[in-house]
Amino acid sequence: MSLSRRGSHAPLWRMARATRSRWRLLALSVLLGAGAVLAGVGLLAVSGYLISRAAQRPEILSLGVAIAAVRSLAIARAALRYGERLASHDLAFRTLADLRRRLFARLVPLVPGGLPGVGRADVLSRFVGDVDRLQDLYLRALGPVAVGLLSAAATLLIAFALLPAAAAALAVGLLVAGLVTPLLTRAAARAAGRRQAAARAALTAAIVEVTGGAAEIALAGRERDWIERADRASARLARIQRRDALSGGLATGLATAATGLTAVGVALVAVPAVRGGALAGVLLAAVLLLTLGAFETVRPLPSAGASIDACGAAARRIEDILDRPAPVVDPEQPARPPSAGDLEARGLRFRYDDAGPWLLAGVDMRLAPGKAIALAGPSGCGKSTLAELLVRFRDPVAGAVLLGGIDLRDLPQEELRDAVLLGSQDAYLFDGTIRENLALAKPDASQAELERAARRVGLGPWLAALPDGLDTAVGEQGAQVSGGQRRRIAAARLLLSPARFLIADEPAAHLDPPAAAALHAELAREARAGRGVLLIAHEPYGLERFDEVLELREGRLKARG
Amino acid sequence: MAARRAADAGARDGRGRAQGRLIRASRAARLHLVATVALGLATTALIVAQATLLAHVVARVFVDGAALADVAPSLWWLAAASVARGLAAAGTEAGGRYGAARVLADLRERLVRRLLLERPGSLAGEHAGELAATAVQGVDALEAYFARYLPQAALSCLAPVAILAWVLPRDLEAAAILAVTVPLIPLFMVLIGRLAAERTRRRWRTLSALSARFLDLVSGLETLRAFGRTSAAGRALDEAGERYRRETMATLRIGFLSALVLELLATLGTALVAVTVGVQLASGSLGLEAGLTVLILAPELYAPLRELGAQFHASADGLAAAERILEVLDAPGGVTVRRPTVEPPDPALVPVSLEDVRFTYPGRSAPVLDGASLTLEPGRLTALVGPSGAGKTTLALLVLRLADPDSGTVACGGVDLRRVEPRAWRRRAAWVPQRATIFAGTVEDNVRLARPEATSAEVAEALRAAGAEEFVAALPDGAQTRLGDGGRRLSAGQSRRIALARAFLSDASLVVLDEPTAHLDAHSAAAVEAAIGRLAAGRTVLLITHRPELAAACDRVLELRHGRIAALGRQGLEAAA
Repeated sequence: MSLSRRGSHAPLWRMARATRSRWRLLALSVLLGAGAVLAGVGLLAVSGYLISRAAQRPEILSLGVAIAAVRSLAIARAALRYGERLASHDLAFRTLADLRRRLFARLVPLVPGGLPGVGRADVLSRFVGDVDRLQDLYLRALGPVAVGLLSAAATLLIAFALLPAAAAALAVGLLVAGLVTPLLTRAAARAAGRRQAAARAALTAAIVEVTGGAAEIALAGRERDWIERADRASARLARIQRRDALSGGLATGLATAATGLTAVGVALVAVPAVRGGALAGVLLAAVLLLTLGAFETVRPLPSAGASIDACGAAARRIEDILDRPAPVVDPEQPARPPSAGDLEARGLRFRYDDAGPWLLAGVDMRLAPGKAIALAGPSGCGKSTLAELLVRFRDPVAGAVLLGGIDLRDLPQEELRDAVLLGSQDAYLFDGTIRENLALAKPDASQAELERAARRVGLGPWLAALPDGLDTAVGEQGAQVSGGQRRRIAAARLLLSPARFLIADEPAAHLDPPAAAALHAELAREARAGRGVLLIAHEPYGLERFDEVLELREGRLKARG
Repeated sequence: MAARRAADAGARDGRGRAQGRLIRASRAARLHLVATVALGLATTALIVAQATLLAHVVARVFVDGAALADVAPSLWWLAAASVARGLAAAGTEAGGRYGAARVLADLRERLVRRLLLERPGSLAGEHAGELAATAVQGVDALEAYFARYLPQAALSCLAPVAILAWVLPRDLEAAAILAVTVPLIPLFMVLIGRLAAERTRRRWRTLSALSARFLDLVSGLETLRAFGRTSAAGRALDEAGERYRRETMATLRIGFLSALVLELLATLGTALVAVTVGVQLASGSLGLEAGLTVLILAPELYAPLRELGAQFHASADGLAAAERILEVLDAPGGVTVRRPTVEPPDPALVPVSLEDVRFTYPGRSAPVLDGASLTLEPGRLTALVGPSGAGKTTLALLVLRLADPDSGTVACGGVDLRRVEPRAWRRRAAWVPQRATIFAGTVEDNVRLARPEATSAEVAEALRAAGAEEFVAALPDGAQTRLGDGGRRLSAGQSRRIALARAFLSDASLVVLDEPTAHLDAHSAAAVEAAIGRLAAGRTVLLITHRPELAAACDRVLELRHGRIAALGRQGLEAAA
C-alpha cells in the first residue's frame, strides 16, 4: 500500500456509492434521525419559553399551546428515534447483503491463482473480517454524520431566526465541539498509534515468545531473561501510553467545556439584545436552552469519525485484495467445448515470479479417457501447480493445455471445469451435512449413488455406525470429522462428479498406508469406467493399477524407474 | 457489530463476576476507581453550579431587567465552571486511559511470571498469538471500560441523588416527578434487558451465523470454483441474507420498544417537569430562577443513566480481554515441590521411572494417562509409539516436570521428583518439541538458549551435529542471521534442527524428542534421523514417534494405548505400523 493511499477514504466512498440504490431508505432514516434530535432540542427550547411565559403569570389557559407542544415534542422525540432505529437497521442489513454479494462476485476469479501464495486462508479470513466490519458503515459511520449535520444546520437556522448573533456564537461552539475536537482527537489517536506501534509490536513479540515457548525457556533455565525482556517492553509501552492518555483527555475536555462556554457566548450577545429589544425577554431562556440542547446534534460525530476511519481501513484492505488482476479471464469469443478427446499438456513452462527459477520447465503429458496416470515427486516440486494449470486456475507462462485439441484459454471456464475436475490438496468441507458436501459434485445424486461413493472410499462402516448417517454434520471446516474422514469425503465427492477427467491432488494425505493404497486403487479403477484419472501422490502406495507412473523432477516429467 | 454482540452475549452473565475480579485483582484498578468517584462528585457539583448560574442570569435579565454588566460576574463564574467541567472530563478520560494501561501492564507482568515460573508447558501453542494480542491490544478495549463505562456508572449513581437533593427543598412537585421517573429507568433497563437478552443473543447468533456462512463460502471458494458452483453459492448467500434481514427486523420491531420506553421516560419526565414548573410559576408558588434551574437539571438527571446503557455494551470487549488474562492467571496447574528438596539425580547414571501415573486434563472427564508405568534406562534410546491423542506428549511433560500427575510418581534413581526443585531438574533435561519455538535473535542466540555462554565454535559444532550446518551456511548471514519476529522464517524441518542443535549444545543428560520427523520431507527426515543417532550417544533419550522406521532403530519400543504402556517387540512394532 502506498503512503499516499493510507489516509484516503476513496475505497470507502466507492463502496458506499455502490449501495446508492437504497437512497430512499437512506433519506428516510436520516430524516427520522434528524427529526428525533430536533424534537429533543425543541423540547428544551419550548420548555424554556413555557417557563418564562409562565413567570409572567398569565391565565393558565393561555399556556395551553406551549404545554401541548412540550408534550408532543417529548413523544415525537421517542417515536422518531424508534422509527430511525428500524429504518437504519433495515438499511444496514440490506447494504451488507449487497456488499457481500458484490464482493464475493469480485473475489471469485481471484481464488486460488490471484491471491498471494502464502497464507491464503489467512488472507481470506481477514477479507471476511473486513467485510463484516463494514456493517458499521451506515449504522455507526455515515448515518450519524448525516443526521448530525442536518440537525445541526436546522438548529442553527432556528437560532438565526431568534437572534442572528446568537446563531453565530452557537455556530462557533458547534464547530469546536463537532469538528475541531474530533479532528484533534483523531490526530492525537493517530500520533499515539504511530508512537505506540513499535512498542506494541516488540511487546507482542515478547509475549508471544513467552506464551508459546514458556516450556522451552523454562527448560533452558532462562525464565528471568524473558521476564526482564517482557517487563522492559511493557514499561516502555506504558510510558508512551501515559503521555498519549493526556492528549486524549485534553481533547475530550475541550468538547465538554465548549458547551458551557458557548452558553456564556450566547448570553453575551443575547442579554444586550433583550435590553435593546432585538430579542423578547420571554425568549431568552429558550435561546439559552436551545444552545445547550444543540450540542446533542454533534455528540455522535467523534465516534462516527472513528468508525469512518475503521470502515475506510477495512475498505482499503478489501480493495487491496480485489484490485489484483484476475490470473485467468474468459475468452472474448469462446470456442465450443469439445465433447470428446484427451487432456494434453504441451511444453508447459511456469514460474511464480518473472526472475525466479522455472518450477515447470517444459512439461508434456497426455491423459486419455480410460487411462490412469500417477504423478509423484518431492514436495514443492510443482505437482499442485501443474494440477492448477490443467484446470486453468492459472495460465502457463509458455506452452499450452489442450482439451480435445482446443487450448483451454479459448474455452469458457465453467464448461471447462465441468469436464476437468480438480480435487485440490486442501479439499474443503463446507459447514453442513456429509450429504450436502457430496451433493456439491452432483446436486441430483440419488441416495444409492451417494452411498456407493461413500462405500468406495472406505466410509461405509463409519457411516453405518453414525446415528444420522449421511445427514451427519461435518462442522465448521469439517472440524467434527477426523482428518482422514475429511479426505475420504472429499475423495467420494470427486468420484461422484460427472466430470470426464479427474485430477486428485494428494487425496490420501493423513491416511495410513493400507488405506492410502486402497483409495489410490479405487481412483485407478475409476479410469476403467471411461474417465481420465490423474493422481498426484506423495507416498507411492497402491500405484500398481495405474497405467503410467510419472515423476516430476526439476520441472520435467519422467517415467518413474 | 458481530464482535460486540458476541462479547455482550458472552459477557452478560459473568459480567459482575469479571468486574469484581478485575477490581480485586489489580491495585491499579482500585486506585482508579477512587479517582473516578472523586471526579464524578466534582462533575455533579459543577453541573448544579452551571444550572444555577445560567438560571440566575436569565432571571436577573428577564425579571429584573438587569444589564450585561450586572450579570457579568455570574457569566464569569459560568465560564469558570464550564472550564472546570472540561478539566474534570479531561481528567476522567486521561485517568481512564492511564488506568487501562496500568491495569493491563499489571496483568501482563503477572501473566508472564505465572507462565514462566509457575506453570510453563501449560499452554498449547495455537492460543499463544491470541493471548498475546489480548495482553497488548486489550488496552484499547479496556479504555472503553475505564475511561467511559466506570465514570458513567459513578456519575449515574451520584448525579441523580445530588440533583434530587438540590431540587427537593426548592420544588417539591418537580422533585416528586423526578423521584418517581428516574428510578424507573434502571428498573426498566433491567426488566427489559432480561427480556431482551435472549432475543439479543439469538439475533447475535444469526448474525454471526451469517458471517460464518460467508467465511465458509469464501474459504471454500477454490472448491466451489472447481465444482462450478460459485453462482449457486452467491445466490445462497443472498437468500440467507434476505431471510436473516426479515427475521431480524421482525424481532427488532419489538426489541427497540424497550429503547422507546426508556426514551419516553426521559423526555416525558422532562416535559412533565417543565409543565409542572410552569403551572407553579403561573400560580406564583415558585420563582423563575428556581424553576429554570430545575428545568435545566432535569435532562442532566436522565442523561447519565441513559448513556450508561450504551457504555455498558461498549465496555464488554474490555472486560472480556481482562477476563481472558485472569482466566489464565487463575487456571490451576504447575508443579508441587515437597520441601526440603534434594539435589537432582543424574538421569545419565540412574533410570527415570513413571509409576502408575494418572493424568486428566482440566475440563475433561476421561484421564489421558491411566496407570502408566515405564522406565527410561540411563544412556538408552527409548521410543514411545501410539495413536495420536494417546497422551505421548503429556507423558513427556510429566517426565520434564512441566506438569504434575494426578496420582502416581515420577522418580529418578528412586528419588521422587517432587522432592527436587523443578528448575534444578529441568537443567538436566532438554526438550525438542513438535513445534520448536524460534526466538527473536540470531541463529547462534537460538542455539545458545540453554547455554548462553557457549562459544561460536561450540555452536557451530552443535549445528553440525544436528545436521543444520548446510542450511545455516546458506542463510544470508550464516549463523548471525536474525530469526524469529521480524527476522527470517524457517521451515518446520529447519526449526526442528535448530531445536536439536540446542539439545546438542546443552549439558542435558535427558533428552525428550517429540515427533522429530513429523511433516518433514524425506531428505530433511533423514538428516534429523541421523542427528538423533548422534544425540543419543551418552544421553538418556525418550523419542516420541509414529514412524516405524525411526522406532525400529531404538533400544526399546514402548506403546502407549488407553492410558497405559506396553512393551513392543519387533513383531508388535510391525503390527503397529
